[in-house]
Amino acid sequence: MKPNYLNDCGSWFCQRFPMVKMWNEHMAQYYAPKNFNFWYFFGSLALLVLVNQLVTGILLTMNYKPDASLAFDSVEYIMREVPWGWLVRYMHSTGASAFFIVVYLHMFRGLIYGSYKQPRELIWIFGMLIFLALMAEAFMGYLLPWGQMSYWGAQVIISLFSAIPIIGDDLSLWVRGDYVISDATLNRFFAFHVIAIPLILIMLIFLHIIALHEVGSNNPDGIEIKDSKDPWGHPVDGIPFHPYYTVKDIVGVAVFLFFFATVLFYMPEMGGYFLEHSNFIPADPLATPEHIAPVWYFTPFYAILRAIPDKFAGVIAMGGAIVVLFLLPWLDRSPVRSIRYRGGIYKKAIALFVLSFLGLGYLGMQAPTANATIAARVCTAIYFAFFLLMPIYTRWEKTKPLPKRINEQPSLEDQIPAIKEAFAAMTHDVPENRNGQTVMHTRPDASGIVHELSKFAKKIIRSLD
Amino acid sequence: MSEQGVDNSKRQFLTTALTVVGAVGTGYIAVPFLAQMQPSTRAKAAGSPVEIDISKIEPGQLIRAAWRGKPVWVLFRTPEVLEILATDTGKLADPDSSESNQPASSQNDFRSIKPEIFIAVGLCTHLGCSPTFRPEIAPNDLGPEWKGGFFCPCHGSGFDLAGRVFRGVPAPTNLDVPPHHYISDTRILIGDNEANA
Repeated sequence: MKPNYLNDCGSWFCQRFPMVKMWNEHMAQYYAPKNFNFWYFFGSLALLVLVNQLVTGILLTMNYKPDASLAFDSVEYIMREVPWGWLVRYMHSTGASAFFIVVYLHMFRGLIYGSYKQPRELIWIFGMLIFLALMAEAFMGYLLPWGQMSYWGAQVIISLFSAIPIIGDDLSLWVRGDYVISDATLNRFFAFHVIAIPLILIMLIFLHIIALHEVGSNNPDGIEIKDSKDPWGHPVDGIPFHPYYTVKDIVGVAVFLFFFATVLFYMPEMGGYFLEHSNFIPADPLATPEHIAPVWYFTPFYAILRAIPDKFAGVIAMGGAIVVLFLLPWLDRSPVRSIRYRGGIYKKAIALFVLSFLGLGYLGMQAPTANATIAARVCTAIYFAFFLLMPIYTRWEKTKPLPKRINEQPSLEDQIPAIKEAFAAMTHDVPENRNGQTVMHTRPDASGIVHELSKFAKKIIRSLD
Repeated sequence: MSEQGVDNSKRQFLTTALTVVGAVGTGYIAVPFLAQMQPSTRAKAAGSPVEIDISKIEPGQLIRAAWRGKPVWVLFRTPEVLEILATDTGKLADPDSSESNQPASSQNDFRSIKPEIFIAVGLCTHLGCSPTFRPEIAPNDLGPEWKGGFFCPCHGSGFDLAGRVFRGVPAPTNLDVPPHHYISDTRILIGDNEANA
């Protein structure tokens, strides 16, 4: 074992607590595949955002009042009169959207590299439970400012329960604690938002990471690094998480904070997508705003709800859209994990799925016109077809042979000649007479650019097979 | 420990018995924990009837009041509107209001005690948004078929000016008509069907 200050603490503390053992198991001697790419930043970024939400959330509770007659004003008080209150509040509200951005990208990574497949089904299940808890946390948090969108959003979502036959009405009454959304609802949502759900979230994240470290991380090639080990029993294609990936993740954190700070300081409302305009009007139980839509991260599921012209069936479809995600490990029958070795059908299916998901997200923000409803129905059909037809198309498609070891990816240095070549093809040198001397100037070349772009497009289309 | 080995069936019995007793105990303590989230006595008592004065309402006008925290609408319908309501019933999902919620005194073609005065709870029967009052005929955004009614901005459900839901929208039933009666020609009591002498 490499000597370090942790190992030297073999004194009083370490004889009573397995600190060295834990550090080694989960950091210094946790072997992760060496080929993690861009997509592997989002797990650690989600943890970063969680810490941001916990810290800013605790600070906000010091001035926020969970009372229907005081809540709206206490938020404005935080924004205007509490020292740095605006910063803490905007960090919390921007953090909520950032949480969903990194979690959606994290889930997409799992989808394209088959990280949910055997033996990692439980990691996926815990992850989905985290996603569910996160949605509950975000939904309840959105009621707290007690603006118009808070009020009517909660009204709609709690009414979803009333669509359940027989027990529905009593259930929604129990959730609200009143016949309408009221002070009782606000007070209990506050309790759930600051105590109950955060505890559940932290517990689930713990389980997610323990389950991950038990079976080991997947990677972009989707093969097991444990299959080839060196004489000391370490995977040859693995590197210790610390320091290699802690350092890599710090780079990711720096880039992430760059974007986060840009939103935080220059566009904290994100044009009405992160904080909706109607939510700057206090809740009015007598009038729904002209146009209501949930915050952007719920809109895909909201669009599915709206697309179905029946109350109960709509609720079932919306719930089903989440349930099919849980079933993903058993719907996928392909022998390979990573998209790199899958056939063309799967790549096209994923492309269609992403388009339908983004389409639903867009439609969920728009007013429910006839054309938008038809588009939402098409997207809903694609969304469900992707999952429900998966057992068929993943079994039939022709996969590529898997490598024994992780493939070397071309490094940035290897790619420089190709980039130079492409740059040369897209520009041409123009001689220019300056002070009697002929100087060559590099100018963009229209036909060259078109040619290179079409080459690039063809390459993408080829890679779909 | 005795030397005669372990009586596994006794252990099994004790384990099962303890599990059952524990589960019953957990069940008992779960009842008050879950039930304390029910509406409080104060919340239940807050549902007293509300009086609305309609002496100043004008033809075509909609006035709003709050009853049990819910919006209640009173709409003064013109003869032209009543004409449309009587004839244009082809697109309605429940024209007779047999599936919908209303007091018996309002279960008729106009869904009201007096044909001109329409009273309803202003919450969509789909997911509880408050629909928008759109009395105009064939506006641009709602299309040429629209003959005046209520449009829910949340999920696109439409109702006519008697609160009757159109077919092919998410809302399952007509708008609820609350229990109500006339105290005098210009005063309505919302929340109670019968005049209590």
